[in-house]
Amino acid sequence: MIKFLLNGLLRDRQRSLFPILIVAIGVWITVFMQAYIEGVLGDIVDSTARFATGHVKVMSRAYAENADQKPNDLALFGVDQITGDLQRQYPDMIWVKRIQFGGLLDIPDETGETRSQRPVLGMGVDLLSPGSSEIDILNIEKAVVTGRLPQNPGEILISDNLARKMGVQLGEAATLLSSTMYGSMTMYNFTVVGTIRFGILGMDRGAVIADIADVQQALDMVDASGEILGYLEDRVYDAEEAAAIVDSFNASYLGVEDEFAPVMGKLEELSNLSEYLAMAENFSGILVLVFVLVMSIVLWNVGLLGGLRRYGEVGIRLAIGEHKGHVYRSMIYESVFIGLVGSLIGTGLGLGSGYWLQVQGLDISSLMKNVNMMYPAVIRAEITGETYYIGFIPGLFSTVLGTALSGVGIYRRQTAQLFKELEA
Amino acid sequence: MKKMIVVLIGLLPVAGWSQMPTGVEILQKVDENTIAGNRSATTTMIVHGRRNDRTMTARSWVEGTDKSFSEYLAPAREKGTKMLKLGDQLWMYSPQSDRIIRIAGHMLRQSMMGSDFSYEDMLEDKSLVDIYTAEVLGSESFLERDCWVLKLTAHVEDVAYHSRKIWVDKERMLALREDRFAKSGKLLKTAEILEVFQEGPRWYPRRMVFKDALSKGKGTELIIESIEFDAEIPKHIFSKAALRK
Repeated sequence: MIKFLLNGLLRDRQRSLFPILIVAIGVWITVFMQAYIEGVLGDIVDSTARFATGHVKVMSRAYAENADQKPNDLALFGVDQITGDLQRQYPDMIWVKRIQFGGLLDIPDETGETRSQRPVLGMGVDLLSPGSSEIDILNIEKAVVTGRLPQNPGEILISDNLARKMGVQLGEAATLLSSTMYGSMTMYNFTVVGTIRFGILGMDRGAVIADIADVQQALDMVDASGEILGYLEDRVYDAEEAAAIVDSFNASYLGVEDEFAPVMGKLEELSNLSEYLAMAENFSGILVLVFVLVMSIVLWNVGLLGGLRRYGEVGIRLAIGEHKGHVYRSMIYESVFIGLVGSLIGTGLGLGSGYWLQVQGLDISSLMKNVNMMYPAVIRAEITGETYYIGFIPGLFSTVLGTALSGVGIYRRQTAQLFKELEA
Repeated sequence: MKKMIVVLIGLLPVAGWSQMPTGVEILQKVDENTIAGNRSATTTMIVHGRRNDRTMTARSWVEGTDKSFSEYLAPAREKGTKMLKLGDQLWMYSPQSDRIIRIAGHMLRQSMMGSDFSYEDMLEDKSLVDIYTAEVLGSESFLERDCWVLKLTAHVEDVAYHSRKIWVDKERMLALREDRFAKSGKLLKTAEILEVFQEGPRWYPRRMVFKDALSKGKGTELIIESIEFDAEIPKHIFSKAALRK
């Protein structure tokens, strides 16, 4: 039976070629889009977690209210104690202190006068403590374009883009002008020891990274920091696990009235990524549904056209005694074969193009000049386990549905009139 | 009798005008009272922040409205920080970094030493008559002092505050209260003089409170500990070289 159907499909290309092409194209688009969305959203979530929010983040309540402005005057005090407590309470997690700040970077000439000056976004992270996980979390080693990582207090990394714009050479002095935790203007001298490029638009435009102890000194934030970031085990985000940690931590401060008491939030809430993440979770389903609907309509139409072309064939088969149900089922089997072949071809094409985008990437930095979020400068697809099978769902389902709808016509044929039709 | 009543009614507005000076006249008297030739002073600034209070002490030298030099004496972290104003330019020296930085552009709008003053406030020491047109709104009592209430509107471009409402002590010609507004009409700063003292013919504020209406802090108190008018100020003080000394 199967061999008979296959022979029929192979010998009558008009019966198989067009439906296979439609299925292959639809599946190709489905597979590629799934890999693309996985890649882009995955990169956004990963960058946001690494650079901005962690998987969970502890701030003071007052700081959390205006967290977008990085109000270090409302930062947490006694962060060594809080970090120690968090490490004891959640030993599987990684906890790091961070200070995010804004300011101006001023490069002096040989007389000490300003040679160039630019606004910067700074980050104070633990670079110098032995065993610090920050270099790994931020992937700083790989981001170094020229020079080296800070090894001594007073050393700073600046974005490669900024260094070129300001004409800064390695080893030159750079003065950070910013505000202390108490609002006073502060000037703090650093030595530029390296330039960095993360491939993250928000960071590469004008970021500076210094050891947190230097930043605490510069901003008069001894034993204070704006944020304490927490990363789940293996640094893989799990919304449910993060929510449980947030709930248990915040419950311990429920009765505390102090506006500077610590409060914890999780990645989605802190980054406004909740809609993105929900979309990412549902995207494959939406994509499949759309393509099933569209392709089913197209294949229904193809089936109707095929039905007209095969009107005589079906008539003869019914006339020689084949049951309508058998004819109908054989056409469904044919469609399964067409769906399988089309899905295989489409998945192959989708995997190929997805892999190309995963490896090569597409540089969109020139299109995103005013974007400040943690958006990757180079978008990449990501091939996951789902990518291998997602295309088969619309591929098979739409061909079967399309054939099932168009094949209903078989049951409308009147046996009594078959010979009249055949004579005609 | 009728003629007499008509004459008296006719004279009433004239009598009223003679008692109510124009806005410009009031502003001129305020300027005469507050702008001194040379002065040196020691001031204490208490910043009542959202979290805690901070006290800073500074010594300053002022020549007219164009030149001023100040040096912070306390606390330890701010000690040695110096500021120089020459006309509309402002420089700051930080002993920690041993750098002199010119404060310009948007930095001028930032808080000075974490207080409710901005650097722009420090620069804006010109006479009020030169910047604003004044309209007398009426009389009101403020801190039990009889005051003229004036609305000032800037007639020059590029000023920190487009308009102000001030309460001027009728007797001492000192603006006891000020509300400072942006061009949009939004209240930006308030200032109140809580204590005054007399030095010769001049009335001067002893203790005042500034409040940045856009911040959640509780205001900045400025106390003049000592002041010397017509002080001898060496010329070299008003130079960038003096910042590093």
